[in-house]
Amino acid sequence: MNNNEILEKVKEIFRDILDNDEIELTFETSANDVEDWDSLTHIQLIVAIEKSLKIKFTSKEILSWSNVGEMIECIQTKKSA
Amino acid sequence: MDFRELKKNLKKDHSSFPTLKVALLGDSATQFLATAIKGMGYERGYHINLFEAEFNQVERQVLDQTSDLNEFDADYVIIFQSTHKLIEKYSSTVLTEQSNLCNERLDFIKVICNNVKGRIIYYNYPEIEDTVFGSYANSVSSSFTYQLRKLNFELMNLAQERSNLFICDLQSLQSKYGRDLMFNSSVYINTEMLLSIDILPHVSSRTLDIISAIEGKFKKCLIVDLDNTMWGGIVGDDGWENIQIGHGLGIGKAFTEFQQWIKKLKNRGIIIAICSKNDEDKAKAPFELNPEMILKMDDITVFIANWENKADNIRKIQNILNIGFDSMVFLDDNPFERNIVREHVPGVTVPELPEDPGDYLEYLYSLNLFETASYSTADLERTKQYQVENERVQLLQSFTNESDFLKSLNMVSAVKGFNSFNKLRVAQLSQRSNQFNLRTIRYTEAEIEALSLDNDYACFSFTLEDKFGDNGLICIIILKKDNRETLFIESWFMSCRVLKRGMEDFTLGVLVNYAKANGFKKIIGEYLPTAKNQMVAEHYSKLGFNTLIGSENNQYELYVNDFISREHFITEH
Repeated sequence: MNNNEILEKVKEIFRDILDNDEIELTFETSANDVEDWDSLTHIQLIVAIEKSLKIKFTSKEILSWSNVGEMIECIQTKKSA
Repeated sequence: MDFRELKKNLKKDHSSFPTLKVALLGDSATQFLATAIKGMGYERGYHINLFEAEFNQVERQVLDQTSDLNEFDADYVIIFQSTHKLIEKYSSTVLTEQSNLCNERLDFIKVICNNVKGRIIYYNYPEIEDTVFGSYANSVSSSFTYQLRKLNFELMNLAQERSNLFICDLQSLQSKYGRDLMFNSSVYINTEMLLSIDILPHVSSRTLDIISAIEGKFKKCLIVDLDNTMWGGIVGDDGWENIQIGHGLGIGKAFTEFQQWIKKLKNRGIIIAICSKNDEDKAKAPFELNPEMILKMDDITVFIANWENKADNIRKIQNILNIGFDSMVFLDDNPFERNIVREHVPGVTVPELPEDPGDYLEYLYSLNLFETASYSTADLERTKQYQVENERVQLLQSFTNESDFLKSLNMVSAVKGFNSFNKLRVAQLSQRSNQFNLRTIRYTEAEIEALSLDNDYACFSFTLEDKFGDNGLICIIILKKDNRETLFIESWFMSCRVLKRGMEDFTLGVLVNYAKANGFKKIIGEYLPTAKNQMVAEHYSKLGFNTLIGSENNQYELYVNDFISREHFITEH
């Protein structure tokens, strides 16, 4: 899976969890850009991504990303490992 | 149903549902739990007005009489004190005090029971095995494992003493699904929440099971198919001696254990009915002849085996038992039959039984279908009572005149107030009665006891016995003394088992006599409609009450001096 495919997948999960089909994500998108993406839904998103992509983030990783791109980088290293 | 769907329920329209005031107190963050409970409330048909206390305020909210919790006046107070925080407390306690952990927490829970007005739903403690002693913790009374298990055990004892305390069994959920599903470290680290997102639907479901049971929504009857559900094989083809049932190698033991479970439910007071496509004599043969069968004909209240469709047969069972479709569960191995019933008899719960009979039980355990809010000896006799009712129906058919039939029953009723012997049964009847219930107020045992001591109320309980047997306590009337002249009927509910016996006329006679003897001039009754009590919409007008002019609700009045005694065939004991 390349980064764009992961982005597409993550976007689907965001739309599903936040119950909003108009969400668009880019690598630069951060929590401030998306309505309802707060610290609580963040963890809900993380758990959904973990489940869907069959990976597990560490607590440190979850707190380290400042935008979607960094999250996808992290997913990429796990998927290719 | 996952958490995401529960969360989406919050956006749906709850306005047609009855509102319940629920408070949630936790010693960890509870936002997701709150969401799950509200979302599950929607699934069960309740609008949950939730008060969520701020983080870690259990003590303050409970002890301070002026707290927000006290202001809120909740119907239900859910308290979630976590194992996590308990182990933290244990770890910071001096060694000599560690063996006191359980008692100390228990003392606090008793304080909760004394201070909180609503019903308390207390989450017990899912185990964390800290392996400090390994298995040897079982032999060390100061070990965390020992203290934790003792606490869960003592909570069971406390729940038997305190009628406002209901335990929600999180530990049993954990033994079903495992610690790793219960707890997710990244959820905890990032949000301070101790329940994983995946376990929340289960936790909220078990919580709503308790609330629904107290509110009067629970299962009363289990309807079971026979071939490949109750036993392995087809009795019509294989013969009663060759069906698969019994211990030894092979699938037979799955059915034996399944029947043992049904027998336990029957003994607990669940009515067992059979609905099978079979010739009746062939279907009954295993129950009568096969020694491996756990269930016997005695255990079955209604036995229907024919070649008609199952939806019609289930309506027939409903007609005989006179209970709501939503209090029935139907088990059938055949997906086709299940769908017919789902489609044509809405309300009946139809579990999607797994294909392998070896999986039936664990699957059924996961559904927790038979939650209850009380248990008494009356539950044990229920099967017998419904069987006797069946006999009465047969007798009625032999009379052409209804009065002659009623006379032939030799009915006797004992009229009493509330006392320590009947208070549990009175509370139960208030929870169980949905159809013949004028105002549908549910009472706990503690509330019944309080009413019996309150001089502003007059309370009546009625039993009914006839030549077929004793129905036990079947009718309750609670009168509030509005003023010196007026009695208001706060509650009037009756078991549907004794419909059409003249109980209404008899009980009204008792009320009028009481009113006259105590100087009251009129009795006011009120009908509060629910989805289920249409049966009594005309109750008061049928009994000769007049509509109360100008009343906003359906209120009726009866001047006791105008009362003309109504014919019935019941003698007061």
